[in-house]
Parts: sequence; structure tokens; C-alpha cells
Amino acid sequence: MAEFNTSVKEQGEISKIYLKGYLDAHTAPSLENTFSSLIDNKRYKIVVNFQDLAYISSAGLGVFMAFIEKVRDNNGDIKLTSMTDKVFNIFDLLGFPLLYEIFNSEEEAVNKFIETKNVENK
Amino acid sequence: MIVKSRTENLSEIREFIYSAARDIGVSKEVIDDIILAVDEACTNIIKHAYKYYPDGEIVIKLKYNLHKFTIMIIDHGASFEPDTVPEPDLEKYYEQRKVGGLGMYLMKRLMDEVKYVSIPGKYNQVLLSKNLNSAI
Repeated sequence: MAEFNTSVKEQGEISKIYLKGYLDAHTAPSLENTFSSLIDNKRYKIVVNFQDLAYISSAGLGVFMAFIEKVRDNNGDIKLTSMTDKVFNIFDLLGFPLLYEIFNSEEEAVNKFIETKNVENK
Repeated sequence: MIVKSRTENLSEIREFIYSAARDIGVSKEVIDDIILAVDEACTNIIKHAYKYYPDGEIVIKLKYNLHKFTIMIIDHGASFEPDTVPEPDLEKYYEQRKVGGLGMYLMKRLMDEVKYVSIPGKYNQVLLSKNLNSAI
């Protein structure tokens, strides 16, 4: 059976989700649960780290589509980071870079949230 | 290979494709494309043909030579008309917050040939082919 798990770390207002393993139609509900529980707790600033994700199918991509509107409606965002070329290529084939900010490193994604907040506060 | 129509079997299906393609020396990149296309085809069968009924059968047959790797996937679920599946429009999905048709779009992009045959009440068959000439 495909192994997949997520872990979440909080950094101030930002929640970082770490993906590991194989994200397919079988494991996608586990990621849905992770997003649901963040949103239930009003955590809308989300960085997803793909560094240890070995595989993604369209069922996995669908999870990001399912939550993005709710998150943005609440002044948050889902920012994606640290994808392997293989995983990025699938996002790219489906045109996701038009809808999501994708960063090389987690730090860049976190900084983008902080910069955006600073601009809003000025 | 014959497996039950359950998402938990997707990893076994991917492993089956990986072993067969690796044994004949297909490159890693091409194997990745083939595996994803087969996963998408089987996911669609589980969701749409069998509508998550867990005991349907999915039959996967492989045929390959130096030039071409072909996967034939057969199910006995609800019949399917591929022409009724629109090309995905990501902006539209964004507004509607639902995703569909992405799997079929990926299959077409990743493979050189995607062919459906559906005999209502009997079986559906999808043929996925990848040319290997320049790829190995």
C-alpha cells in the first residue's frame, strides 16, 4: 500500500504542511483532513513543503483546488515549495503555476507571507 | 494483472508497471509518465466505472517491444463516453472548486496514444501507448 503522511509545523500565523511519500486517490483524503483541520482552526496562511513527496496524481492536485478559494476568501493563501522536478512538471502540465505561487525554498514562501502582511500594515 | 477496484491497489498497479518497464530498459523519465497515465486511467475506472464499488475487476495487460509500450486496461463497470469529458479549464475549476477531467488530460499529454472502446453492458477498454524509439 502506498505510504503517505503529512506533518504540520506552526510558525507564527503561518502553518507549514510537510508531505511525504505517495499522494494518489487513496492517500488524498489524508491531505484533505490536514487542510480541513487547519481551516477549522482558522489557519489560512499555509505553506506546503513538497521536498519529500515522491509522487502525485491528479487526485492529489485536486486537494489544492478544493481548498484554495476558502483560504483566499479569508485573506490567506496556499503557497507551494521545494518540489522535485518530477512533481513540478505535473503541476506545470496542468497549468497550476498560473493559480499558485510556487517557490524553490520554504523560506521564500514564508517570507512572501511576511512581506505581504507588512505591506498591508503600512 | 487483475486487481479489485480499490484505490488501495493503485500502488500495486504502479509497482507492476514499474517492474515491467524497468526490466526492458525503459528510461526513468518515461516510466514515470507511463505510471502516472496508468494510475489516472485506473483511478477513473474506480471512481466513474465502478463508482467506488470495491469488488469490480480491473484487468491490466502489457504489450511491448523495442519501439512501443502498450497498456490495455479493461473493466466491467458503467460504460464511458470519453468524448463527453471536456478539456479541463483550470480557471473554471477554480471558480467551481471542483476538479474533473484532469486525469484524462494528463493521460493524453503523457502518452502518445489513448484509445477508448466501450461496449455498454459488457466492458470498457482503454489502450495507452508510449513510443520508445527516442526514449530508451
